[in-house]
Order: sequence, then structure tokens, then C-alpha cells
Amino acid sequence: MAITDILFYVFAFLTLACGVLVVANPFSRNPVTSAMFLVLTIISMAGLFVLLHAFFLAAVQVLVYAGAVMVLFLFVIMLLDLKEEERRKVKKLGLIAGLISVGAIVAIFVRSLLATQPGKDLPMPTAIGDTAMLGKMLFTNYLLPFEIVSLLLLVAMVGVILLSKKDLK
Amino acid sequence: MNVGLEHYLVVSALLFALGLLGVITRRNLLVMYMSLELMLNSANLALVSFSRFNDNLNGQVMVFFIITVAAAEVAVGLALIVALYRKRQSAHVEDLTSMKL
Repeated sequence: MAITDILFYVFAFLTLACGVLVVANPFSRNPVTSAMFLVLTIISMAGLFVLLHAFFLAAVQVLVYAGAVMVLFLFVIMLLDLKEEERRKVKKLGLIAGLISVGAIVAIFVRSLLATQPGKDLPMPTAIGDTAMLGKMLFTNYLLPFEIVSLLLLVAMVGVILLSKKDLK
Repeated sequence: MNVGLEHYLVVSALLFALGLLGVITRRNLLVMYMSLELMLNSANLALVSFSRFNDNLNGQVMVFFIITVAAAEVAVGLALIVALYRKRQSAHVEDLTSMKL
């Protein structure tokens, strides 16, 4: 077994284990704990991105998700006083419905994966997602979506400022 | 057995299922939002692995856009949650069932 395969299993296990702890942590129902495990999930997923030779995306994942987005989450959690949330219990009915629907989704995924086997006879990949290649694509083929996304960020920023004003008119 | 496309897709599917379970079972708005992020991330993983094994970079550009849009979405969503909390003093979905303030 090559070292990359071992690393894949390590990162996949870390991603899934931390994902479980985000959703259903048996020791603490505090949102701060969930947020911290979400950071760990995102960082181990950046490891998976590196194994897939998507180096730029791995860096962006750590910087934007683990850095900016999670800091925003923690900020809001600290802003709201959520102590009473810990005392509430999970509803039995919701848990059963959730498990049934999630089981159905997983069954569909597994069945379709087994039926199609998408990774069979693919050639050995050579493309590498470094910054130069991605930048070239972003500023040639994807120039219009790139500009639209910048506009979207501006709109989101204005919207957030308006929403968080004290007296909405 | 070499790690191939299926392995990454299985991880992505399981992560998506986890996120869905979180959205359905957890009743705290912030935790539900984090589970949504988990689902977005699993889609990103699937796109990156498809891009890698089909040997072109279009999928990675897509993921780049998804990350950007997700950042904007998180900002707007959290601002909405904060505004809602100011009105209702709760971030729990069962306290937020009526439409009228």
C-alpha cells in the first residue's frame, strides 16, 4: 500500500469522525464544540484535497472556511446567549424520521455507486490544480462568472450591514 | 487495492448523509447551519475528486465558486439569525414557528 493510500484512509477517517462529532456529540451539545469539530473536519478535508492534487483549493479551504467562515460562526455563537439550548432533549420522532431518510439517501448512493462503478478503467490522472493553472482558467473561460461572484459578494456585504442594523425600517 | 474515485465518493456520500442527519435532528439554528456547511463541503469533495479522475480542472473552478458563494451565504444567514434572535430571544426552531412577529 502506497503512502498516499494510507494518508487517504487517515484523512477520510478524521473527516468522518469529526463530522459525526459536529452533528451528534455524545458529551456536549454546546454549539461551540460543534464549531470546533467543524474546523477539524474542514482541515482534514483540506488534506484530502492535497491528496487529489488540488493544492490551491486546499489552501483556500483552510483560509476561507477554517479561517473566515468559522470565525464568523464563533462570533455569532458568542454574541447569542445559547446556554439554555443544552438542556433541551432530542425529539424521538425527529430522530427516527432523520435516521430513516438518511438511511434511504445512503442506500441510494451505495446502490448507484455499485451499479455504475464510475472509477472503472479511467486513465491515470495527470492534471494538477496549482494556482497558475486555476488562475489561467478563472481569467479566460470563467471570467464572467468570476465577475458575477464579485458582485454577489458586494451585494451580500451590503445586505449583511443592512440586516444587522438595530432598527430595521 | 488502490484508492480510486469510488473511495472519495463514498466519503463524500457519508459526509452528506451526516449533514442531512444534522439538519433533520438538531433543533438549534446554528448547529443546523453548520450541518448545511458539512453538506456543501461533501459536494465540494465529490467535485474535486471527479475533476481529478477525469483529468481536467473545470470541477476545481466550480468548487472555487461554491466556496465563495458559501462564504456570502454564511454571512447573510448569520446576520438573519442575529436579527431573529434580537426579536425573539431564541435560536431554537421550535420557538420560531409563527410567521408574524
